[in-house]
Amino acid sequence: MTPYGSFTFFFILAILLAPTIILGLRGKRFHHYNMFVTILALAIIFASSIQQAIALSLFTIWQVVLIKVYIHYRKNSNGDSIFYMAVILSILPLALSKVLPYFSTITFVGFLGISYLTFKGTQLIMETRDGLIKKDLPLSQLLYFILFFPTISSGPIDRYRRFAKDLEVKISGEQYKLLLYEGINKIFRGFLYKYIIGYSIQNFFINKLKFIAHSPFEHHLYYMYGYSLYLFFDFAGYSMFAIGVSYLMGIKSPENFNKPFISRNIKDFWNRWHMSLSFWFRDYVYMRFIFWMTKKKWIKNRNMLSNLGYILLFLLMGVWHGLELQYILYGLYQAFLMVAFNSFERFNKKHKWWPQNKFTHVIAIIITFHFICFGFYIFSGQLF
Amino acid sequence: MEFKQEVISLLAEICQDDSIKENPDIDLFDAGLLDSFGTVELLVQIEERFGILVPITEFDRDVWNTPNNIALQLADMR
Repeated sequence: MTPYGSFTFFFILAILLAPTIILGLRGKRFHHYNMFVTILALAIIFASSIQQAIALSLFTIWQVVLIKVYIHYRKNSNGDSIFYMAVILSILPLALSKVLPYFSTITFVGFLGISYLTFKGTQLIMETRDGLIKKDLPLSQLLYFILFFPTISSGPIDRYRRFAKDLEVKISGEQYKLLLYEGINKIFRGFLYKYIIGYSIQNFFINKLKFIAHSPFEHHLYYMYGYSLYLFFDFAGYSMFAIGVSYLMGIKSPENFNKPFISRNIKDFWNRWHMSLSFWFRDYVYMRFIFWMTKKKWIKNRNMLSNLGYILLFLLMGVWHGLELQYILYGLYQAFLMVAFNSFERFNKKHKWWPQNKFTHVIAIIITFHFICFGFYIFSGQLF
Repeated sequence: MEFKQEVISLLAEICQDDSIKENPDIDLFDAGLLDSFGTVELLVQIEERFGILVPITEFDRDVWNTPNNIALQLADMR
């Protein structure tokens, strides 16, 4: 069953979470019950495909063993090659699931959510390397973090230390009331976004384009804007379900969207769109790459270094979406925008060519909006 | 007190903006003075000058946001 995909799913969720809500309102600890709910929910989500259920189990065992072994190793030593090896091994299942279908008939490596779960495993390896995770992680807590069902299919991508803090906090009945209110509010905004606005855009605009558009150019143009809005409402709606349900379970999963269409430039956009993903790439790819290069002093030119970082980040992000041409082009396009904006920003800092006022702010939002929509047009694959 | 001044002048250097010294409670990220790239430069410099190792994911922008707060965090880690 697809998470948040049908009325039945929400109905089952309401039954499973009723005890959670009662426990929460009475100020009782409920994480053990919630772990039990996670097992049931996973069984329901993956019941339709035994093959996916097996892939998920093997993946989880793989990640847990890898993390445990690496934490144990890191207590006494800190070798570079072992660290790189651990990162590669942690990404390996995802890489295989993306690449293997091109070369063979093997398709059993992947499962719903593998792209998102990989982020959780890899971040634990990196934070252990950084010395931020020193003690052995309790197995139940680690499993709960990786398999937390509200965010299993498409995020938001949480961070272990943040997640573990939520588990330790004692929530009083009064505090839970607020969480419950916020959670339900988010879930209903999710319905509005995904099943009313997103659904309408798709059914009454995108699917009717052949009656609305008068020429192929118009068709593509309308599709570009329609799809961009649809993508936002559909994914932001899903994210609200995931975050809302997390709240009901006492976990404050991070936000994924912050009004992305009022971004004033492309850098601003990446702080507002699919934030848990872009922040992951920022913290674990871009900043680490820059840090490493700065320390090794291999590239001295700051702009060149920053631009290389952007190209690396967005190419990786593109490939992560899939190996199809449209995703790689999308990554290249975003990298190009970032590099171009970087140059513009530097130019403007020197020459003060673009003034800062309300008028230019609005113009900047409009320009950025069109560049973003063109990016999603590439992403949609309609170009080919 | 001296340590705090050193941190603030390092920040002014990295942000290329001396107004920070007069306004040590300004949110560096909101004001567009510091970005990911600047943050990395800052972390490298902190390690070189003060010998304090701040892991990248320890640098939470909600806590390490103003010159005063950054100085406070660093003083704690010293």
